[in-house]
Amino acid sequence: MSRIRYEAQWYPLEPEESVLDGLLRQGIPVPHACKAGVCQSCLMRAASGVVPEKAQMGLKETLKARNYFLACSCRPEPGTELELAGGAEELQVPARLESMELLGEDVLRVRLRQEAPFEYRAGQYLTLLRADGLARSYSVASLPDEGTLELHVRLLPGGAMSGWLRTEARPGQAVRLQGPAGECFYVPGRPEQPLLLAGAGTGLAPLYGIVREALAAGHTAPIWLFHGAREPRGLYLVEALRELASRHPNLHYRPSVLEGRLGEGVAVGPLDALIRAECPRPVGWRAFLCGNPELVVSLRKKLFLAGLSLKDIHADAFLPSTRPPEGLGATARASDASR
Amino acid sequence: MGQEAHVSSVFEQIGGAKAMDAAVDLFYRRVLTDDRISHFFEGVDMERQSAKQKAFLTMVCGGPNSYTGADMRKGHAHLVQRGLNDLHFDAVAEHLGGTLEELGVARPLIEQVLQAAESMRADVLNR
Repeated sequence: MSRIRYEAQWYPLEPEESVLDGLLRQGIPVPHACKAGVCQSCLMRAASGVVPEKAQMGLKETLKARNYFLACSCRPEPGTELELAGGAEELQVPARLESMELLGEDVLRVRLRQEAPFEYRAGQYLTLLRADGLARSYSVASLPDEGTLELHVRLLPGGAMSGWLRTEARPGQAVRLQGPAGECFYVPGRPEQPLLLAGAGTGLAPLYGIVREALAAGHTAPIWLFHGAREPRGLYLVEALRELASRHPNLHYRPSVLEGRLGEGVAVGPLDALIRAECPRPVGWRAFLCGNPELVVSLRKKLFLAGLSLKDIHADAFLPSTRPPEGLGATARASDASR
Repeated sequence: MGQEAHVSSVFEQIGGAKAMDAAVDLFYRRVLTDDRISHFFEGVDMERQSAKQKAFLTMVCGGPNSYTGADMRKGHAHLVQRGLNDLHFDAVAEHLGGTLEELGVARPLIEQVLQAAESMRADVLNR
């Protein structure tokens, strides 16, 4: 017999019974539809225990890596104990602000030190909570082994969190972190697969983590990093990335602006046109797209039509904060480095 | 593989779920670039749409699924309101055949799949 732990209780499974059928039989409501491993409505995550390979068929590599599986096609081996994790059980971790530093006219680099283990993959996002509960989501620009967490916060007129971080917050102040979340991260493997990273504005933050993660993992194929901004002053970390590219011949860094004169090494024009010119046939590549939703949706479609498989396109659309957070659940789902 | 006693579905014969993964990208790309029907796909979530198309391909190939005629009706009602008709259905069927051809599926099997799709015409068009 195998059994599964769900919300602090153990449920036995009949032989050959799926996790979904077992939970439904015992009165646990689990969202589901096709019961055939196709629609993915019954996606769940295992906190511990071995997930059968078949239960992850068709899932993105990023989901597999985080132990997600489909409950309807999960028939654990006899004797298996599987513990399920729910999104609601994500922990908040205490942290302290370490430094705030301007990277450009309107981008603030915020470094934080977590005071409890906070596991994340470079490129994911987290929710930053101020002591009074004000919450905003930001992409993580640092690598897990760097010790401190790095966020790129766009300074907006009237931005509650960004304004506070810029003018009032002091190093040492206590905050809390929730998450991480997001599927826009590098999974080691297939080092011969070219990577295409594209982002606008502070959409560079997750890409800055992903590109360094891929290089550290020994990715040998060409890595293209496109960073777009409206005007030259919107670009940041230009020197750091040029320096990184000079040390890694397979990294091609392409900063660009929509408006402005052709300058040293900065292209002028829309991001999609620049990508098409430099990477005309990205068949079989892996892509990471970050920025405002219009850009992400449009690039995703264009790259898909140019030959990338949807499974190989990892995207993170930054949603603007238009109203005060109604609850932590609502804000944690939106990745946003723009507020 | 030895001779099967039962008649296996097209789904099994062309390689099961893995083949569906390959098919869905090709199929979706064809549909999105066809001006006759691409406007029906404007503004939809590509990942969700791709999952639906995989379910559709799985179904017409005789693979495991739980779709019913009623699901098909409900799922397309809003598109029928926007003018979905036989010409659009034919275009999608054309891409279905083309996708399977591109994957090297034998003609008799393709015919089987197209028949399965044809059997859904009335439900899809809410007639």
